[in-house]
Amino acid sequence: MSLFVLRRLGLMLLMALVLTFAVFCLTNLQPNLEKLARSEGSVRMTDESIANWIVQNGHGGSMVTRYGQWLGVVPGWTYTDDKGVTRGRCISAEVPAEAAPRYCGILQGNWGFSTFAKSPVTTVLARSLGHTGWLMLAVMLVMVPTSLLLGVLSGMREGSRTDRVLSAFAIATTATPEYVSGVIFVALFGSATAGLSPLLNQWGWIEGKTLFLGTATSAMDDITFWNFSLPVMTIALYGIGYIARMTRASMTEVMTQQYIRTARLKGVSFRNVVMKHALRNALIAPFTVIMLQFPWLLNGVVIVETLFNYKGFGWTLVQAAGNNDINMLLACSVVAVFVVLVTQLISDIGYVFLNPRIRLS
Amino acid sequence: MSDWDPSKPILEIENLSISFFTRLREIPAVMDFSCSVMAGEAMGLVGESGCGKSTVALAVMRDLGKNGRITGGRILFKGRDLTTMDDEELRQIRGSEIAMIYQEPMASLNPAMKIGAQLAEVPMIHQGMSKADAWALARQIVADVRLPDPDRIINAYPHQLSGGQQQRIVIAMALMSKPALLILDEPTTALDVTVEAGIVDLVKALGEKYGTSMLFISHNLGLIMDVCDRLCVMYSGEAVETGNVHQVFDEMRHPYTQALFRSIPLPGADKNARPLISIPGNFPLPHERPKGCNFGPRCDYFTEGRCNAAEVEMREIPGGDRHASRCVKWEEIDWTAPPAARIAKEKTPVGKVVLKMEDLKKYYSVSGGAFGGGAKKVVKANETLSFEAREGETLAIVGESGCGKSTFAKVLMGLETATSGSILLFDENVQSTPIQQRNTDTVSSVQMVFQNPFDTLNPSMSVGRQIIRALEIFRFGASDQERQDRMLELLDLVKLPRAFADRMPRQLSGGQKQRVGIARAFAGGAKVVVADEPVSALDVSVQAAVTDLLMDIQRENRTTLLFISHDLSIVRYLSDRVMVMYLGHVVEMGTTDQVFSPPYHPYTEALLSAVPIADTHVTRKRIVLEGDIPSAMNPPPGCPFQTRCRWKSQVPGGLCEREMPPVQMLEGGHQIKCHLSSEVLATMEPVIKIAAE
Repeated sequence: MSLFVLRRLGLMLLMALVLTFAVFCLTNLQPNLEKLARSEGSVRMTDESIANWIVQNGHGGSMVTRYGQWLGVVPGWTYTDDKGVTRGRCISAEVPAEAAPRYCGILQGNWGFSTFAKSPVTTVLARSLGHTGWLMLAVMLVMVPTSLLLGVLSGMREGSRTDRVLSAFAIATTATPEYVSGVIFVALFGSATAGLSPLLNQWGWIEGKTLFLGTATSAMDDITFWNFSLPVMTIALYGIGYIARMTRASMTEVMTQQYIRTARLKGVSFRNVVMKHALRNALIAPFTVIMLQFPWLLNGVVIVETLFNYKGFGWTLVQAAGNNDINMLLACSVVAVFVVLVTQLISDIGYVFLNPRIRLS
Repeated sequence: MSDWDPSKPILEIENLSISFFTRLREIPAVMDFSCSVMAGEAMGLVGESGCGKSTVALAVMRDLGKNGRITGGRILFKGRDLTTMDDEELRQIRGSEIAMIYQEPMASLNPAMKIGAQLAEVPMIHQGMSKADAWALARQIVADVRLPDPDRIINAYPHQLSGGQQQRIVIAMALMSKPALLILDEPTTALDVTVEAGIVDLVKALGEKYGTSMLFISHNLGLIMDVCDRLCVMYSGEAVETGNVHQVFDEMRHPYTQALFRSIPLPGADKNARPLISIPGNFPLPHERPKGCNFGPRCDYFTEGRCNAAEVEMREIPGGDRHASRCVKWEEIDWTAPPAARIAKEKTPVGKVVLKMEDLKKYYSVSGGAFGGGAKKVVKANETLSFEAREGETLAIVGESGCGKSTFAKVLMGLETATSGSILLFDENVQSTPIQQRNTDTVSSVQMVFQNPFDTLNPSMSVGRQIIRALEIFRFGASDQERQDRMLELLDLVKLPRAFADRMPRQLSGGQKQRVGIARAFAGGAKVVVADEPVSALDVSVQAAVTDLLMDIQRENRTTLLFISHDLSIVRYLSDRVMVMYLGHVVEMGTTDQVFSPPYHPYTEALLSAVPIADTHVTRKRIVLEGDIPSAMNPPPGCPFQTRCRWKSQVPGGLCEREMPPVQMLEGGHQIKCHLSSEVLATMEPVIKIAAE
């Protein structure tokens, strides 16, 4: 067991290095750096001074050394200008040049400074991840039970009317991307002039102007059913269809197995055939799919957080990309890589515990 | 159920008809089927695959699936009609009054539930027993089905048990609420013969102990004779003959029953002097059944205008014990006349040595532990295998699953390389040459016929194309035309019509597919053919034809045939020499007569006694081996067979547990790997005795 985990961790580390290097190269392309120079320095800089700025601010040298600096395995850059002031990667207002350490990459805990938020990356990232964490938790709580229930209900009697209705629903939801369903939800439930809200208000069923709030900004301070429902619903709906389809496939397969016939011919009632005999076997396959949904959620989060103006991870990522915030972008990609790899590890280990027959080797 | 009179049949099926409905048409699976089972009686249902015997069983359970429907007749269980019951009533009968035992024990047990929970469920549903009581009962029944260490077993998962143990659990599950009727659907087909013998004994003993009636479905006539009091022979959806076992076996009154008995290898049959008689033609498809008697087109006694005039009724045979036959001519046929067409064939002379193995060893290393890692273990699949095979000879390799017979075939074919020892093929060492590095000649001269003809043909390639592909690989012929001609010749060789070249494998029956497999193996003029259980997946009537075909080709081409099988009857019928394997060791080797008569190796003795023989004149000594075959990963010290040997006490000083026995050479080149002294071996009695006719 421990050997397996160790091997997987080693592999993960290697994958993380490769992936972050790829992102590093893409974000540190020459045009990006020139754009950075213009936004940090002055818009009216000449081409020559741009080149100087790039070198003087530690963006010169080869891609590999710069990556090494960012990682913290190559000494950080320093530059002493004409006035004798030394600047460098590891030097800041609090840490003078004399006291600065040689290495200061992410390995040393220095994630850099966000040029857009004007504060250290770690602070911004921690805050936005906190927000996204709550969103994800809510989504999972809604998505996983609903989709499993739908999948099991439609899979237990293949071809029945329940199955067809639920399958149609599941296919429709997976076929609708978040940016479509989000807009529809806002129009339907979050608008004071269109959709259901005016009607409900008229009938006196709701007190406020709208059923749900069309923006989730206030949820950053205080999560309520009113301000959080729409973003959660938008993300969850897509996943519900997907996981429900997977669960259905797995359930229909299990229901044709011989041990289900054994159970039926033992006199077990249909309800118990499903609950006691089929369910656990049917959940083995969707487990992996659910774990794969975590990385997918990051995807959905980008759109939904922007749509509902919720300043979480996705929103930060979009802002960083839009404003050429290199350090922030790199940090976001590290987080994304980490999430993908860890969920895969959990999925592999969990699989072994769910299925007594599986042995990993 | 108080109004049921125990002197009446417990199960009475009257004129039952079952159809499956597809989008195209209605497919009748069972027509006008009647039979009755008295209390405490064991009824056998015999027939080839597709004859509808399992459908009858499922109809009794009322579990025919979405497409199946009972279209006529009644099924009376204790006087109540099962066909009109609703789901709730059925649920109360299933598992408590009627229980079923299935063919594949592994698939019939829930892989994610503990054995105890699966067993305890039955009384909890039907008797409303408390969980603790139900588990206690489960433990007791597990002990009843003679499983060792019941406390461990009820807390185990199905995959942790062996096939034989799993089947005992399925039997235990069926017995949990002491049902009145037990339906066994090919309960031992997936098991080894020595394990099968144990299960059959158990079923019989439990039937007597609890007075359970049984409906026993099997394609194996020998097994039916061992277990049942009465039987019903089915053909193409109809019962063709029914009666008590002795009457049907000795005084059969239906041509199909007769043909069936003539096509199975009974002791006394011989490939040269008394070859088997296969049933001509093929089983009719359900929607292509002929008018009148279904067996008509394949029957020797067929009369135009009588047999195919109208549907044939089941008729009682006077003087019999509820003996009936569905044949219009049963009174006219001379049932004692010997079969006409037995053509004695010449024995193939045996030539020079073509294959020689010396001290061949094959070890595999595997790792244990749930996440890999753990200590590496060595599986000794083959240990010191030495033998030679001559041109034109049939050498049978016999043993149960896990004895290493398939590993040996893989090493010979070059799919694996030997760990040590040598294989001399036509004076060439091939033990460490994998098949990729063998030259075309060697590859085409050593070929294999596989066990399962259904999986070994490419489903998307026509039959002719597959054979031509083999010819191309063997670099046969200079042009496509030459290969095309050779392919047609090969089809002639395996007695398939040339028109079959354009057919797809799915359009062929099992026997025809196996013929294609044989044609493919002989495409490059193979000199050594390894036939790995070539007929075990086929029906008995087809088996005879396929084995005869193999023998004919062997006679013509002087091929060396290595016939791997677990079926001793067929081995006795067609092989010249026999090699018996157990846990990777050759325990006995000699000519067929030497191996099948005493002195035996104790394992051979048990194996012989375990094989059911469908002949009332044969008496067998019953030797049931205890326990399972030990794991090859952890073989017992000393003699590999010592854990199950009944002769162990005859060897002084516990020698069997300490030392690997030496190979004893008896007269005539008969080898036995055993510690028993020659005096003790000489006292052994024959297992099979044939009473004088």
